[in-house]
Amino acid sequence: MYKVIIGLEVHCELKTNSKNFSSAKNTYTNMPNVNVMPVDLGLPGILPVVNKEACKKALKTAMALNCETPDEIIFDRKNYYYPDLPKGYQITQVTKPFGRNGSVSFLVNGEEKTVLIHQLHLEEDTASLEHCSNYSLIDYNRSGIPLMEIVTEPCIYSADEAVRFLETLRNIFLYCEVSEAKSDKGQMRCDVNISLMKDTDTEFGTKVEMKNINAFTSVKAAIEYEIKRQSEILDKGEKVIQETRRIDEDGKTYSMREKVDAVDYKYYIEPNLAPVKLTDEIKNKVKSEIPELEYSRIKRYIDLGISVSDAETIARDKNISNYFDELIKNTNDLNTATNWLTIIILGSLNKLNISINELFITPTMLANLIEKVSNKELSSQLAKNILYEAMEKNIDPMEIIKKSNIKQISNEDELISIIKNIFDECPEQVNEYLNGNGKVANFLVGKVMQKTNKQANPGTSLKLIKEELERMK
Amino acid sequence: MEYKKMLIDDLRESIDTNSVSSEDLFKEANKLAHEYQSDINPFVTIIDKYSCRAKEKNILTGIPYALKDNFSTSGILTTASSNILKNYVPVYDATVYKKLKNSGAVLVGKNTLDELAMGGTGTTCHTGVVKNPWNTSRLIGGSSAGGAASVALGIVPFAIGSDTGDSVRKPAAFGGIVGFKPTYGRISRYGLFAFASSLDHVALFSRSVKDAAIVTNVLKGQDDLDMTSLKDDGKDYVATLNNDVKGKKLFYIKEACNLEAYDNPSDMLVNTIENFNKVIENCKNIGITVEEVSIDVSILNALYPSYMTISCAEATSNNSNLTGIQFGNRIDGDTYEDIMFNTRTNGFSELIKRRFVIGSYVLQKENQEKLFLNACRVRRMIVEKMHELFKTYDGMIMPASGGIAPKFGERSDTLSNEYLILENHLVIGNFGGFPSITIPSGFIDNMPVAVNITGDIFKDDLVLNIANKIEGTMNYKGQIVGDKNV
Repeated sequence: MYKVIIGLEVHCELKTNSKNFSSAKNTYTNMPNVNVMPVDLGLPGILPVVNKEACKKALKTAMALNCETPDEIIFDRKNYYYPDLPKGYQITQVTKPFGRNGSVSFLVNGEEKTVLIHQLHLEEDTASLEHCSNYSLIDYNRSGIPLMEIVTEPCIYSADEAVRFLETLRNIFLYCEVSEAKSDKGQMRCDVNISLMKDTDTEFGTKVEMKNINAFTSVKAAIEYEIKRQSEILDKGEKVIQETRRIDEDGKTYSMREKVDAVDYKYYIEPNLAPVKLTDEIKNKVKSEIPELEYSRIKRYIDLGISVSDAETIARDKNISNYFDELIKNTNDLNTATNWLTIIILGSLNKLNISINELFITPTMLANLIEKVSNKELSSQLAKNILYEAMEKNIDPMEIIKKSNIKQISNEDELISIIKNIFDECPEQVNEYLNGNGKVANFLVGKVMQKTNKQANPGTSLKLIKEELERMK
Repeated sequence: MEYKKMLIDDLRESIDTNSVSSEDLFKEANKLAHEYQSDINPFVTIIDKYSCRAKEKNILTGIPYALKDNFSTSGILTTASSNILKNYVPVYDATVYKKLKNSGAVLVGKNTLDELAMGGTGTTCHTGVVKNPWNTSRLIGGSSAGGAASVALGIVPFAIGSDTGDSVRKPAAFGGIVGFKPTYGRISRYGLFAFASSLDHVALFSRSVKDAAIVTNVLKGQDDLDMTSLKDDGKDYVATLNNDVKGKKLFYIKEACNLEAYDNPSDMLVNTIENFNKVIENCKNIGITVEEVSIDVSILNALYPSYMTISCAEATSNNSNLTGIQFGNRIDGDTYEDIMFNTRTNGFSELIKRRFVIGSYVLQKENQEKLFLNACRVRRMIVEKMHELFKTYDGMIMPASGGIAPKFGERSDTLSNEYLILENHLVIGNFGGFPSITIPSGFIDNMPVAVNITGDIFKDDLVLNIANKIEGTMNYKGQIVGDKNV
């Protein structure tokens, strides 16, 4: 067995109206080269104009990842030649990235794990290349899209941890509304660095880099494959080669190139973008826009007594979690609220293929219905049926109850007159009770329910029956 | 009346009173451009079709002008005088060009420059050397060589250039005309092919200080496409040109201007300083105080190497887009690396490659601290020194160069020690982004010489005011080649 050391570099395209340094649209499209301005083509004479929104979102994410933030915004140039890089340099951040020394915590199989963030910086995406038989095509739609890069410390020790970290990170992006983070559109992708070492080793083993993995399942497959591959090499007493590998659709990784000495990118400060001070005022404002994040909510729910898996299910999506928080503000029946949300509501959302924000049933409506059940005004089964009907027809459950005349009779005078009629109809049972068979009261409640088409409040009815009978003793 | 001798005000009046049409002015300019092209080579492209579509009429409506061939002009060939861009037709307009187009100023041609604006001789253009019209055995200087020649010849009353080290102010001196570089950011750089972004300025040639102020009035202002552009100061630079300068204080650097600082000064240097001292006398006559100030000679000697280090570093990065992949004169190859390699090998002259190698070298990890960052420190030191001096003085006045325009082959990029400071102090204006103007101050050996006035940032109005007053003490305002002021 070897100890696995993993570090991740995650790239995330930020959601903004325009690109990072030009006014071209930042939208995903299948039609090549439509969202392009001279700046994105690196034409002679162009100048970058920085996107404020992108800076704000990068700063927001850095804060959500508990990073130290800089006193000013500065960009640097990373100089290298490649056909997908039209200017011959990428505008990025080295001197003062938006975030340094952060951390993210989450649960892996119920246990808390913290991943340390080395740095978060804002840069621009490159154009995308399509290689054909004997020529290549360049699509500049992606060129200049704001890209956030998050680099972890080498502190991840398994494929599960890596995947859970990525899920947590994606949810932070979604919670903070900085990105759509869709991996199938390449909006979130990562490089995985992995090395194996013996427990007794004091130095990390040889690092292998796997580039540009989109799907989280592929990250898991790639890591598992690499652990197996590298273990076998080490078992044989051979050495792992330092190289860059890619993952194929078969879940195996293949060598792309052996790593030569590190490239010198000749970084220097971008002269066309004057430094912008990041005041406490700006920082506080951005910070105030960060909502309570997933992990904090999970912990809060667990503290309320909700199971880990339910807590995770609810907190996974900010809108569902917000819905839930609103729901439990209006009902004390946490158990029913949790069950109905995780089972009935989430199940129906899937079936109806809508988001929770599109659901007609508001948290208040649902809370009112749950209250009817916990007050025993409605049976659970009846209430569930009403809920399904309400979701299907987009009406307030209370309307259904009213229309079908399903109303609870809780008025004591009204109930007493019904009860007295029942006593007249069932003299035997009344006598049985008076002779000491208390259980017979339930039979009488049943009679009341029968008579009222199940609309009598069963609790109140029982109480009143007992009171009346006791008086007769 | 010869229109080629007229300044903007007079041309304006002539158009407005219908004594000449804008199209006639263009035709004369076009005729002169073709006439001088084979001898002097001021243009890469001469525009033969008159076009004036003013969106908002102003003082420049209908006035002919020329533009350095490193400003992006959509639909018009823009080569930066480099083989790598010899067929490049831009798809967008530089802000400066757009402003002039919207003003209805009439473009006569795109001026020849030292390849990619790197160089100070006007001899490295892909279409051949630019000659000095005062004496064709001499160079006009660069990099804005063609612009200087066009204005000196009277083809156009003004021309737009770019100034990274002295690229407008030096050729203006050698051409006997005015060269003005406003404060960094005063005029948008959007669409100016970048040489060294932190030093690049849009600058201009004219034949009077007033014309420089007129053109700057039109060109200045904030541009959303250039984040380093300054908010408009709302000032009319023409309105303050004649403000009284009594009591204003200027200084010159002793280590460059005092003959005692030189061991065996050449005749040329002696004559240059003598000319300069005459201007100082003129200044005193109109109430300007001029004092001698000493600056650490080791900093002054470091100006040129620091400039080379910084400008080459930025240039190598700025010109990394010239690979033949997106645009430009692509030379094919089997791989993308081969294409880039062949295109760049074929497209750049040796001088450019040398600068790129220097730029790359000084940015390398192991050299950056010692070379690039130290050069940036020298830059900061001299700028701080200037800021300190500008607390006491309204400006610095210096000879624009160590002498008249050299003969072809007389000197190269490397300079003799004698002139190290005098030939290179103009970069101070670029290091600090200071407004800086060169005005003609006379002749030596029948060739023009000039003085330069540099002021504190944002004080473009004051620099123009002082320059205008000093210009008024001499007889070189409006001169063109062939005038008998000599």
